[in-house]
Amino acid sequence: MAETIPSGENSLLRETIADRKIGRLEHFLGPENYRILTGLLKTPASILGFILIGFFILIAILAPVIIPPVTPNDPYKIPRDGYSSEPRPMMSDWTRNAPPLPFWWKPIMKTDHWVHLLGTSQGQYDVFYGIIWGTRTAFRTGIIVVLATFLIGVIVGSVSAYYGGAVDNIIMRIVDVFLTLPFILAALILAAVLTPRIGASLYPAIIALIVFGWMGYARIIRGDILSIKERDYVMAARVIGVKDSRILFRHIIPNAIFPTLVLASLAIGDVVLSFAALSFLGIGTAIGYADWGQVLSFARNWITSLTTYWYIIVWPGLTLVLFVMGWNLVGDALRDVLDPRMRGKT
Amino acid sequence: MTTYIIRRLLLVPVLLFGVTVLIFAMLQFLSPVERSALYVRDIPKNDNAINAIIKQYGLDQPIYVQYWRWLVGHTVNGVRKGGIIFGDFGYSRTASQPVVDLIRNRFPNTLDLTIWAVAPVILVGIWLGVQAAVHQNGFIDQAARIFSIVGTSFPTFVFGLLMLMIFYVSLHWFPPGRLSDWANQVVFSTSGNFHHFTSLLTFDALLNGRLDIFWDAMRHMLMPILTLSYISWATFVRVTRSSMLETLRMEYVTTARAKGLRERDVINKHARPNAMIPVITLAGFQVIGLLGGVVITETVFNYPGIGQAAASAAQQLDVITVLGFALFDGLILIVANLVVDVLYAVIDPRVRLA
Repeated sequence: MAETIPSGENSLLRETIADRKIGRLEHFLGPENYRILTGLLKTPASILGFILIGFFILIAILAPVIIPPVTPNDPYKIPRDGYSSEPRPMMSDWTRNAPPLPFWWKPIMKTDHWVHLLGTSQGQYDVFYGIIWGTRTAFRTGIIVVLATFLIGVIVGSVSAYYGGAVDNIIMRIVDVFLTLPFILAALILAAVLTPRIGASLYPAIIALIVFGWMGYARIIRGDILSIKERDYVMAARVIGVKDSRILFRHIIPNAIFPTLVLASLAIGDVVLSFAALSFLGIGTAIGYADWGQVLSFARNWITSLTTYWYIIVWPGLTLVLFVMGWNLVGDALRDVLDPRMRGKT
Repeated sequence: MTTYIIRRLLLVPVLLFGVTVLIFAMLQFLSPVERSALYVRDIPKNDNAINAIIKQYGLDQPIYVQYWRWLVGHTVNGVRKGGIIFGDFGYSRTASQPVVDLIRNRFPNTLDLTIWAVAPVILVGIWLGVQAAVHQNGFIDQAARIFSIVGTSFPTFVFGLLMLMIFYVSLHWFPPGRLSDWANQVVFSTSGNFHHFTSLLTFDALLNGRLDIFWDAMRHMLMPILTLSYISWATFVRVTRSSMLETLRMEYVTTARAKGLRERDVINKHARPNAMIPVITLAGFQVIGLLGGVVITETVFNYPGIGQAAASAAQQLDVITVLGFALFDGLILIVANLVVDVLYAVIDPRVRLA
């Protein structure tokens, strides 16, 4: 009888588990996180979302090429073509304070002077300039707020879940308190309180959005950690005597953090929306700062003649809608992937 | 269920304390002079007088003393000044009246708007959601899906401005504001022919039998109602749908079908009541969420509610007023959250017994 040499291969297993190459990314992220990532790229809607986001990233990077700043030291100041309040129509000549001509202008536009591509708003602020440079503002505020809220949320949530008991109870009640005030009203107040103290800039609104924006992440990460704490591999680590802090930082948090991280990064759309709402209400940035909410708020004084000056709300409004929609489309796909009922159906 | 409700009630004082501390903390960003608007009507210009006021009201005292005085007021010469538990939220610089009076004048308008924004969403939204689930991937289902993605991407103020542009400026159908001039004269005339039973304008108009005024108020409210509720429509239909779909897969539904019940009874009597549990929680949160939503909607449509008052006070950096609104909203929301949670326990036996 031939002797079977143990080869380490189990023919039984080979039959049930299909042979599948595990790529480097999947190896790095782990199967569950990899599933989330690939799930995001599956539906046409989420791909459209990624295209929209990519388009805006491109605009933000190329802003100085698309429309060079008039004052290079302060590129976020929308150049004004005069001071009269009445908006000027699209394609009207740019007489004063025009930006330098970019290289693409002459071949495409066939003229050698700037025109207001999308018209000017109240106070002769150029709408096109506001939209293009506002894209940078949008990403900047979005990324800062998301990073900060995410970090605070992760720290608070993991401390809460890790210590449990009274600490957990107190922290979660604090979360409840922060959740009691309506988000936009709370942010509005804090920004209004901060503006006279630190001056009109992006920061009052950014700080306000951070202070009232971290609670969701804290709750999610807490829940995830609580469930991962009970997994077998954590138990295994405990059994072989791994230190508590090492278990938390090397075993629990890396496995708990990924869904929240993706969720947070897709919240950029919502953050930009809230930021625009605050500056639309007239809180935060100084007048004339390139940011979409600000450009839209110029329209508030022209409501009775919006049929004539439709371009002062339609273009910035459309920009904002497309931006937010890009993130929402991807976010919608994410919710499907994260839905436990969908698990195993990839 | 009693333990659950008691435990939930115990949370109320904790939340009350937390919210007041949070708002008081934001007050601390103000200088003592600005904070004196909590107690006095006119802030004097003269330095000595200002210092006297700061001394008198203890605005230079330790934080916990100030917090206590802010809560229960401060008696000067036998007259109580301030004290939020007595409803004294300070004096509004921009509206030139006590903050509480401002809230009292404005809140009925917001409530009126909210009722009309919520009721149709709940009634029609549930029906649409059930239809979408019963006819999965049918027309209502697909329309709700597209609408919810487009709808959630539309910022309220962009949507509101577009509504104004189309229905007011272009078509002249629905004006912004609260009432037309003629209706205003009737409602607020001194003759007393128009009785203010509820101070909710639409209901008062109906109770007075003035359909013309009801219609006028509605014409002014239709755009704000739609702006306030278009996102709720999408969420409502979707949540009802997915909850209903899940319930329809349950075994007791199969059992009901197997024993030969009519499909209509299966849906209306067995599936729908059980599918309503998450929907009712959502309804509570929607009502609560609207209180934040009114800030932008009322501002866009120049509708005289608390949201618009809060936004315009914030714009003029009148912090005392805005914090007064926050306090008021916080109190309402604590109660509203409590109601939602208790209602949830009443409906869902799984919560009740846990």
